[in-house]
Amino acid sequence: MVHWSAEEKQLIAGVWGKVNVEECGAEALARLLIVYPWTQRFFSNFGNLSSPTAITGNPKVRAHGKKVLTSFGDAIKNLDNLKVTYSKLSELHCDKLHVDPENFRLLGDILIIVLAAHFTKDFTPACQATWQKLVGVVAHALAHKYH
Amino acid sequence: MVLSASDKANVKGVFGKIGGQAEEYGAETLERMFATYPQTKTYFPHFDLGKGSAQVKGHGKKVAAALVEAANHIDDIAGALSKLSDLHAQKLRVDPVNFKLLGQCFLVVVASHNPALLTPEVHASLDKFLCAVGTVLTAKYR
Repeated sequence: MVHWSAEEKQLIAGVWGKVNVEECGAEALARLLIVYPWTQRFFSNFGNLSSPTAITGNPKVRAHGKKVLTSFGDAIKNLDNLKVTYSKLSELHCDKLHVDPENFRLLGDILIIVLAAHFTKDFTPACQATWQKLVGVVAHALAHKYH
Repeated sequence: MVLSASDKANVKGVFGKIGGQAEEYGAETLERMFATYPQTKTYFPHFDLGKGSAQVKGHGKKVAAALVEAANHIDDIAGALSKLSDLHAQKLRVDPVNFKLLGQCFLVVVASHNPALLTPEVHASLDKFLCAVGTVLTAKYR
């Protein structure tokens, strides 16, 4: 089980409390699809993904980004019980969605950059380290039920 | 992976905007990398890695200078970084996975200092550029 220090929990809560889940989620997913275009393979039914502008403005991308980051919020509420919390979601991503877990790592890295842009100098090295650990742990939990 | 004309323009734009702050960005990139990915410290047992370390600042300056050089010769990154590529292959032998980690931290530094500069398109171009630099530096490993 992953250990979280009091300071780490503070850094997570402090940032998360100020995050606009809808905006941040939409931005993170859009950037994933733009920066790593091969990730578009999972979203062939999302309509127009033909350009960065199209992707950023795509309502399905926005909605799905919000959904993904809302789920991330569940992880934050259950830091000490992540594998169980994400058990069904992990099975879904493996059995139904067929998503390579590498994509969770890519999205995690993108989320860090979105947070850095949003929080600027408040996104200190300690903050980045904690959040990079968090996205890694979330990615690991999501991949846990893969077979 | 190929850098398009617009990728090259985007990268030159970023480094043009960063200008003289590149050295500072280099130092902060390393600071973040050591904090976020402690395993990267194993390449610097001879350094004082404490906060404000002059050695980290000095090394950050070197790293930044190499990125600036690559951006200034973006049509031939392999040529521009050839000596550095030899150095990494023969002497430093930094495991290839670490270039990605450095790249991530550089992007975070640019994002946190210049959020408006790092549009999704520029983000994509800069990420590609950093990958290209990593590829060049590890090209002669075997």
